[in-house]
Amino acid sequence: MTIERADIEKLAELARIEINEATIAETTQSIADVLALVDQLQAADTEGVEPMAHPMDAIQRLRTDEVTESNHRDDFQAIAPATEAGLYLVPKVID
Amino acid sequence: MEWETVIGLEVHAQLATKSKIFSGSSTTFGAEPNTQASALDLAMPGTLPVPNEQAFRYAIMFGLAIDAEIAKISVFDRKNYFYPDLPKAYQTTQLDRPIVGPGHIDIELADGTQKTIRIHHAHLEEDAGKSLHEGSFEAGMSGIDLNRAGIPLVEIVSEPDMSNAEEAVAFAKKLHSIITSLGICDGEMSQGSMRFDVNISIRKPGEKLGTRTETKNLNSFRFMEDAIKLEVERQIDLVEDGGRVIQETRLYNGDTKESRSMRSKEEANDYRYFPCPDLLPVVFDDDYIESIRKELPELPDARHDRFMEQYGLSSYDTNILSNDAGMAQYFETATKISGDPKLTANWIMGELSAQLNTADLPIKHSPLSAKQLAGMIVRIADGTISSKMAKQVFEGMWNSDGDADSIIEAQGLKQVSDSGAIEAMVDEVIANSDKQVVNFRNADESKRPKMLGYFVGQIMKASKGQANPQQVNEILLKKLNDLL
Amino acid sequence: MHNKTIAEIIAGLDAGDFTSVEITQHYLKRIQQLDSTYNSYITVNEETALAQAEAADKRRAEGNTPAFCGVPIAHKDIFCTNGIRTSCGSKMLDNFVPPYDATVVENFADAGAVILGKTNMDEFAMGSSNETSFYGPVKNPWDTNTVPGGSSGGSAAAIAAHLTPGATATDTGGSIRQPAALCGITGLKPTYGRVSRWGMIAFASSLDQGGPMARTAEDCALMLNVMASFDPKDSTSIDRDVPDYTANLSQPLNGLKVGVPQEYFEEGLNPGTEQAVRNALTEFEKQGATLVNISLPHTKLSVPAYYVIAPAEASANLSRFDGVRYGHRCENPKDLRDMYMRTRGEGFGDEVKRRILIGAYCLSAGYYDAYYRKAQQVRRLIKQDFVDAFEKVDVIMGPTSPSPAFEFGAKGNDPVAMYLEDIYTIATNLAGLPGMSVPCGFVDNKPVGLQIIGNYFDESRMLNVAHQFQQATNWHQQAPKDIEVEGVE
Repeated sequence: MTIERADIEKLAELARIEINEATIAETTQSIADVLALVDQLQAADTEGVEPMAHPMDAIQRLRTDEVTESNHRDDFQAIAPATEAGLYLVPKVID
Repeated sequence: MEWETVIGLEVHAQLATKSKIFSGSSTTFGAEPNTQASALDLAMPGTLPVPNEQAFRYAIMFGLAIDAEIAKISVFDRKNYFYPDLPKAYQTTQLDRPIVGPGHIDIELADGTQKTIRIHHAHLEEDAGKSLHEGSFEAGMSGIDLNRAGIPLVEIVSEPDMSNAEEAVAFAKKLHSIITSLGICDGEMSQGSMRFDVNISIRKPGEKLGTRTETKNLNSFRFMEDAIKLEVERQIDLVEDGGRVIQETRLYNGDTKESRSMRSKEEANDYRYFPCPDLLPVVFDDDYIESIRKELPELPDARHDRFMEQYGLSSYDTNILSNDAGMAQYFETATKISGDPKLTANWIMGELSAQLNTADLPIKHSPLSAKQLAGMIVRIADGTISSKMAKQVFEGMWNSDGDADSIIEAQGLKQVSDSGAIEAMVDEVIANSDKQVVNFRNADESKRPKMLGYFVGQIMKASKGQANPQQVNEILLKKLNDLL
Repeated sequence: MHNKTIAEIIAGLDAGDFTSVEITQHYLKRIQQLDSTYNSYITVNEETALAQAEAADKRRAEGNTPAFCGVPIAHKDIFCTNGIRTSCGSKMLDNFVPPYDATVVENFADAGAVILGKTNMDEFAMGSSNETSFYGPVKNPWDTNTVPGGSSGGSAAAIAAHLTPGATATDTGGSIRQPAALCGITGLKPTYGRVSRWGMIAFASSLDQGGPMARTAEDCALMLNVMASFDPKDSTSIDRDVPDYTANLSQPLNGLKVGVPQEYFEEGLNPGTEQAVRNALTEFEKQGATLVNISLPHTKLSVPAYYVIAPAEASANLSRFDGVRYGHRCENPKDLRDMYMRTRGEGFGDEVKRRILIGAYCLSAGYYDAYYRKAQQVRRLIKQDFVDAFEKVDVIMGPTSPSPAFEFGAKGNDPVAMYLEDIYTIATNLAGLPGMSVPCGFVDNKPVGLQIIGNYFDESRMLNVAHQFQQATNWHQQAPKDIEVEGVE
């Protein structure tokens, strides 16, 4: 599968990462190289093999429904880029 | 040819857990912004989720209530998109292996027939935070409150089995009734505890499904009904004018009764779902599921049948009283005390519902408790007060915490049922009404009953309205007849 | 003092030969004098380290001496430290001071350890050379023209340069073992789920695992005793008792069956590296072990599978760095989209961006089955290779890395060449198995690492095997020649 500049631009938009104009060609090439490596997977015979998402065959533990957290807003907001009136501020969200 | 409407619902219900789905933060509504947002809820680096068992119990309860298969193994997935109220920039949800499989909900149509609405599945996921667009902060900015982020949601997805607004609303109400009866969600639509998104498309009969739109932000049943009608009309107008419906998300504004396309949802999203590597498969065995089934509370349909049988009410009354869990509970509590189901039902569906409507309150927040109302009904039934006086007592209780007896006492509303006292009053009125007595005597027998009104009025006036009207009638008639 | 192992430091503190404050001051001084050369630390905590040392000495005087009471160590800058900047080697988190501790950090605090500082690393642990750090590359103390390996290159170099006796590290595809090999130290990646990931900044959640780095297997055992725990806050943490990893160190190895996978000795392996590893295998035979030729047929597919799975998980894990709640935010964003695009464009380095884009690609509509699903299927085949092998052998051995440390920039523009550095280590992460690297010789004065792969939760045996090897060899006792400073001890 070949990957082109337009694909990279689309991915960059999906991932919300600005790719600088000067490096986009290089980025495209290096990602194409990696995908060529990754394409070796296609040769593997995986007929009937169950995909494996976790290395261990463990199952999820569940937590008791209890409130264990208290208010640490001041600590958390001390390291925030922009807050006011207890809210995190961002450029206007348009629905 | 007529257009056919095809409607499917996606319903988000906030589960009534004490803590969030993946963290120990409180879920209490209305707290100061971001005071219920832990490091995990804020997606601080290195934090990890641990699921809340109660959220699963609630989802399983729902699944059992709609005859659905409960997944022995369910899996959380990540749904990736950037939005400031979604701190991780992915929502943890369930795509391929939801906890609740296909089920169904039966609704009753206006003509009394039943219709089955199929449920595609229901899954668990986390709620997002809220973006506030104005407030006491810098203009041109939005403020993000993450208290809501991570509250457990069960998302219920119906099949497109509804064909008009009425059916959709009946389905929504039934769903609301089931969920509140189970006690898994408080059902407060105005607080966003239950949110309905409606998928609507139109087609000519026999044709394949048309392009659908999704309408969001329907926080009351009335808005839902209005919004569906509006959207159906919009689509028909559009198509009949030669246009084409485009797949989009629309936001309904209940105040202006208008809807508009949501710009933020316009760009084609590619959510890149994949199994969440921080969470393992959630496994339940039959014993676990059966133990939940055994503890299921009574569901609306069963309650309806029981009410019919136990209380001997009409089908109409039973529907109203049994559909809503809060209403049903109120009715049963009150009837247990009053011992008079019919009278209790009348007062709940009449005066109480009217007052709650005016005050825009759900019955569970009624200022008048079931115990208070029942106390009043007892006094009507035993003749202490008349129905007319009861209205005053009701008002007194609505505005205070007092019980019926203390208000009857304080306002001197006791009905006079002492026959000696009533006789004395009757005698006095007759003695002072020579002219009317003569007229009564001379009148044709058939006209006499109508002439009683004057005497009754005078007696009630004399008793300041407290004489038992039934006794007054009896005594008066006897005395006047004696004079013939 | 800085030539002592952790075991020797504990003995020295116990014997009263020196205090925690003394040894802490000694290390801090060395860091100050030498680390401008190696760049192994991002943040040094002089003040808090000395306070911790004083507290430890006081504790000891009161007769309360937990396992690491007063022992100085360093944390990889991927572990969140309450009140101490945790950058993950990224500009994105250059200003990030977490208000909480990682479980591993907490475990060491409970054990009384002194934290000298936070070690340098590849940005978000993505790299095999430490060249992707926002704080500049770490130099390999054996040859400062060469890389220390990565991503835990700071921890490895700090230990090799005797700027700490031990350090925490993480391993997603070889990030403990490869730098351990390249820096001539000992490092262990435990079984997935053995060490809590809570507070450890995620790269690829199903592969990441924290572990110890030190000069000896014995020290790694001591550190693992502290690091390993069942953590209810980490859903993937395994609820299983933590043994005393030092208990079996001295067991003789006769009867041990050592699997030697043919795939780990094929083309691409440096002949000098191969020779050193073969010599090590001979040493094990001498100690009574039997070598068993085995095959791990899907080894070649481990790198392709990894470069789907790890970037896919990373692409989601790193989405939270959006400039809203903490970390870098671009100046004067003109709207929301601009804030996201520039914040992430400026905050992440090239390698991180590349992997996020690859991950997004592999998960995107139309490609999921061909890439992500396929990689997950191959992952199962890779795990099965190991399960089959461990039916026949007790441990598996081979090279950690195909060649010794390379020069800066040697693979800089070729991500594929860089990714192949981890050809021997990646499979164990995919399978969730424990692996370690032990010094076993030199090529051109550059250290070579022997990799020991164990069965699930068999860390005790691996440490025993490594310790016995270190009792018979002195590769782990070699030190780079430039690390001694005039006037210090």
